[in-house]
Amino acid sequence: MNDGSHVIRFTDVEQTFGRGDGSAVTALENVTFDIGRHEFLAVLGPSGCGKSTLLRLIAGLILPTRGTISVFDRTVTEPRDEIGIVFQRPTLLPWFDVLGNVTFPLRHKYGRVTAEDRARARDLLALVGLSDFATKRVDELSGGMQQRVAIARALLLDPDILLMDEPFSALDALTRDEMSFELLRIWSERPKTVLFITHSIPEAVLLADRIIVMTPRPGRVREVIDVPLPRPRSIATMSEPTFNALASHIRGELFTRLA
Amino acid sequence: MRSQAISAVNSSPASPESNLRGGSTGGHSQGSRIRTREAWRQSWADRLGPPLAFVALICAWEAACRFFAIPSFLLPTPSAIVEAGIKIPLSQWAANIGATLRVALMGYAVAILVSIPLAVALVSSRFLSRTLYPMLVIVQSTPIVAIAPIIVVTMGASDLPRVFITFLITFFPIVVSTVTGLLATPEELIELSRSLRAGRVREMLHIRLPFAVPFIFSALKISTTLAVIGAVVAEFVAAEHGLGFFIMFSTSFFKIAQAFAGLAVLVALSLVLFRLCSLAQWWLVPWSLPKGQR
Repeated sequence: MNDGSHVIRFTDVEQTFGRGDGSAVTALENVTFDIGRHEFLAVLGPSGCGKSTLLRLIAGLILPTRGTISVFDRTVTEPRDEIGIVFQRPTLLPWFDVLGNVTFPLRHKYGRVTAEDRARARDLLALVGLSDFATKRVDELSGGMQQRVAIARALLLDPDILLMDEPFSALDALTRDEMSFELLRIWSERPKTVLFITHSIPEAVLLADRIIVMTPRPGRVREVIDVPLPRPRSIATMSEPTFNALASHIRGELFTRLA
Repeated sequence: MRSQAISAVNSSPASPESNLRGGSTGGHSQGSRIRTREAWRQSWADRLGPPLAFVALICAWEAACRFFAIPSFLLPTPSAIVEAGIKIPLSQWAANIGATLRVALMGYAVAILVSIPLAVALVSSRFLSRTLYPMLVIVQSTPIVAIAPIIVVTMGASDLPRVFITFLITFFPIVVSTVTGLLATPEELIELSRSLRAGRVREMLHIRLPFAVPFIFSALKISTTLAVIGAVVAEFVAAEHGLGFFIMFSTSFFKIAQAFAGLAVLVALSLVLFRLCSLAQWWLVPWSLPKGQR
């Protein structure tokens, strides 16, 4: 069934959550889509459209009520190693320094960290632009730098898939733009299949190969949009006519009910 | 360009001046020197203010007692209290302090050894939490002073009942704080742990327990004073030595100034234990303190 191109496949996925009072909320309904190898896919939608649920389903942290999710042609039944996650908050561990935070997944999974692991973590810190900060305490870092550490931590086990749950939404606007370009650079140096959840239209257009626009309550795939902008992308990309046309098209899609 | 931005962000909290001013940003202009001098004066006011207020209160107490001629069996003057304290031989003080300290510390230690594993159990198992928590609340709701005599009768005349009473008073805040801390762990880290399939033991040891450390230490600090209270309550009920016994003994002979001296020593003991606990936190787990206190 796999034509060799897709890495993640959602087939008619439905997700309902039981609530305390016995009723159920449908978070996702009829969700079907593929993500190709080394594709950068952005999921865009208002809050409450089940974006984060998508991410947790791929990570195997929750199982779908109906339908299947497969990763590398294997149905997801539990968490697995090919996946790194970056959350909205950096959630670093204050009792470790920066390097200790990057190596934490290994320490946590296997109980030990070797010198090689540390060398690899240092390479990752160089990749995210934090070479000189290995021994710094994490609360000495700015929000953007903390999120860089979180990205390095997610890359430690060299996952094929990187799941990012609104990773830059807690940052100020300037840092956010800077981090977007940084992510593009990191992604070009370490190609990964990326699922990037966001509620920022320009961010999605700038970063992604394809954008999935979701509807709220229940979350459904409203539209899948190809982003034909050439790579590498830069600040200049954001003033291209295609960029603006796409952004306003998506804005129109999201706000049809208001228009 | 990026590294510049990073070093600019990093240099401001690291500079000693900005620390003195409580972390506000500043340059190296003329204005900042003046502000630094003001900050210096401010910090001396901060340091001297509390002891001066304390001394003033003692003086007011002394003056009021003398001026209104308050009888010493109602409220002795501070000077009379000091005098009464000095009259007691040092060896007697040492024996009383030693007895109270021993009971307080043993009860405290038992409370820590029981509370933290208990909190871990409560967080790990819904069943245990549903079963044990109501019982814990019942124990905590029971006035310890009221059951202390029963405990003494049941457990005999050794240190055991006193340690047990101290434990009963001390353990509950530690359990509650530890549970709160274990549950305050960011959900993302638990998901990270689950995505790594690290197992629940490592989740507890590597993530939840370290995250609970600031909560545990705030409970441990409160509990030092509770431990002293517990030991004194136990000594009120049954003891032949200890500061609680000393106060009871002194009041029964109407030696009020002497009782006050005992009380002052008790307060000092509590303060020292509290301070030692703070120092232990600063020494062992400095990251768990707010930035300004490291």
